[in-house]
Amino acid sequence: MNRSSKITWAVALLGWAIALAMFFPIGWMFLTSFKPEIVAVSTPPTIVFSPTLENYSAVLRRADYIAFARHSVAVALGATVLALLLAIPGAYSMAFHPTKRTRDILVWMMSTKMLPAVGVLVPIYLLWRDLHLLDTIFGLIVIDGLSVLPIVVWMLFSFFQEIPSVILEAARMDGATLFGELLRIVVPISGPGILATALLSIILCWNEAFWSLNLTTVKAATLTVFTASFSSPEGLFWAKLSAASTLSIAPILVFGWMSQRQMVRGLSFGGVK
Amino acid sequence: MATIELRNVKKSFGVQQIIQGIDLKIADREFVALVGPSGSGKSTLLRMIAGLEEVSEGALLIDGVPVEHVPPAKRGLAMVFQSYALYPQMTVAENMGFNLRLAGVPKSTRDEKVRAVARVLEMEALLQRKPRQLSGGQMQRVAIGRAMTRQPKAFLLDEPLSNLDAGLQAQMRLELVRLHQELNTTMIYVTHDQLEAMTMADRIVVLNNGRIEQSGTPLELYHHPATVFVAGFIGAPKMNFLQSEVAIVTPREVTLTLLDGGSLAVPVPRRKLAEGENVTLGVRPEDIVVDPEGEFPGQIEIIEHLGAWSFLHVRMGRGTKVVAVAPGDRPSRAGDRLRLRLLRQRLHLFDKSGMAIEDPIPGGGL
Repeated sequence: MNRSSKITWAVALLGWAIALAMFFPIGWMFLTSFKPEIVAVSTPPTIVFSPTLENYSAVLRRADYIAFARHSVAVALGATVLALLLAIPGAYSMAFHPTKRTRDILVWMMSTKMLPAVGVLVPIYLLWRDLHLLDTIFGLIVIDGLSVLPIVVWMLFSFFQEIPSVILEAARMDGATLFGELLRIVVPISGPGILATALLSIILCWNEAFWSLNLTTVKAATLTVFTASFSSPEGLFWAKLSAASTLSIAPILVFGWMSQRQMVRGLSFGGVK
Repeated sequence: MATIELRNVKKSFGVQQIIQGIDLKIADREFVALVGPSGSGKSTLLRMIAGLEEVSEGALLIDGVPVEHVPPAKRGLAMVFQSYALYPQMTVAENMGFNLRLAGVPKSTRDEKVRAVARVLEMEALLQRKPRQLSGGQMQRVAIGRAMTRQPKAFLLDEPLSNLDAGLQAQMRLELVRLHQELNTTMIYVTHDQLEAMTMADRIVVLNNGRIEQSGTPLELYHHPATVFVAGFIGAPKMNFLQSEVAIVTPREVTLTLLDGGSLAVPVPRRKLAEGENVTLGVRPEDIVVDPEGEFPGQIEIIEHLGAWSFLHVRMGRGTKVVAVAPGDRPSRAGDRLRLRLLRQRLHLFDKSGMAIEDPIPGGGL
């Protein structure tokens, strides 16, 4: 075996090891969700057991899974649409009409992600309370949309930068208005990039827990709230918690698996010329 | 069909003034080439005419109407970009019809116009392709076609051939000239390549540091360059410049002493020369003849054989290098010693500031 193929093997091995390590908790959770509670807490843990659907039926009996799932879908899609509506014009102006401070603005936007969300919990909570946005889908869409906004702007900005500005000038000569430039040239050219950004944003919003736990109770509660509700009230029921978690992540896992081709294509998008 | 007029047009980016006050009138149906080295402001000037850059100062008129505040599309001009700037997500037909679509032209009329232009450019077979499936030459054709479909008052071309290989450039040059004759439209052509300007343009405007150095027909610029800059820019191989000093002035002729040694009597120019004045003598390679009777000895350093002609790079007495053009069948080799004669009636004189000292009076002197 020569040196380069040895390296290839080593890299492949490392990749698999990392992937397995990352997948292990999810796989274990999936297994646990089919165990009777007694088996679930046994030490040492066992992987040989007679599977049961008891946990799932218990979980579904206790809470209206479909309602939570509907909220999650509405919030993830709504927040993504909101973020895109704000980010596309924003990234356009930063990519094609940059000023001396454009870079600073981008960094500042990203820096808001470094602030722990809990730091603004009280003001946001009070604002949402006074605006009557607590426990509303719309309220959650606004806060989730704003929290993914920096990432969405950053991604779109980098995709838009790949577009030679001379193409926009050609469109301007051809008679395109500002919106024409944006909708007929920029958006179609960076379509795969925008799609990848949207997919990532949907996944981030789906998994978002902090704001849904703190700003919603019933009417707008998402699957993260659903999962959390199984974490403690009657002591720890690992198997039921696992079943609830599996139910929460199943849709987004399927979604992610189906869209991975678009994601990869979009994230490696470039070379318009 | 348009006249374009610039009146004292200036452009600054911040404190830097790129265009220093340009006055230029372009006649209807004229093919004008703006040439100059990079940084001379030629592209900026074109972009200002197009409306892609604002005019900082001065007036810009199309058909006599001021257009400084008219958006690009409303000026009725079409532009062809150096990098083609085709819309990558659209087919060739869509690229060419985009301006019509934006103007609200119905699809059937649009298709008809696109097809008509495609026929002229002989690219009907490409209409359904995407830009990435085209060669450089084909993309250039599409870019020109896109400009043609809107039937503009004038075409603005920004170095349209510089991304093509030499063979294709020669072919496209002829095609552009043919197109200009057929379309009968004003064309403004920006290039850094004097050959393109010489071969295609009715008139050449030479720009340097944001100023017009000279404007005239290709042959005017070739035969009567107004400045050292123009003399060096127009013509290939480049004009040779020999530093010299005025030695003797008589009513019949002026004798120059070349810094490189030797002296030369030239016809008396209209402007009086003072004895002792430093002048630059410009002589084109084609006006230097290899002649055993010639007054300047030299040695060939390099020969470039072009077949019909050879370019001789000759080192003169004290090291000055000049290029001479000799017939290709002349047997010479690097290292050969020879004598050169300068064609006296074809010499150019420039003063210390680089301005041409008016041409010798024809027939005066000798």
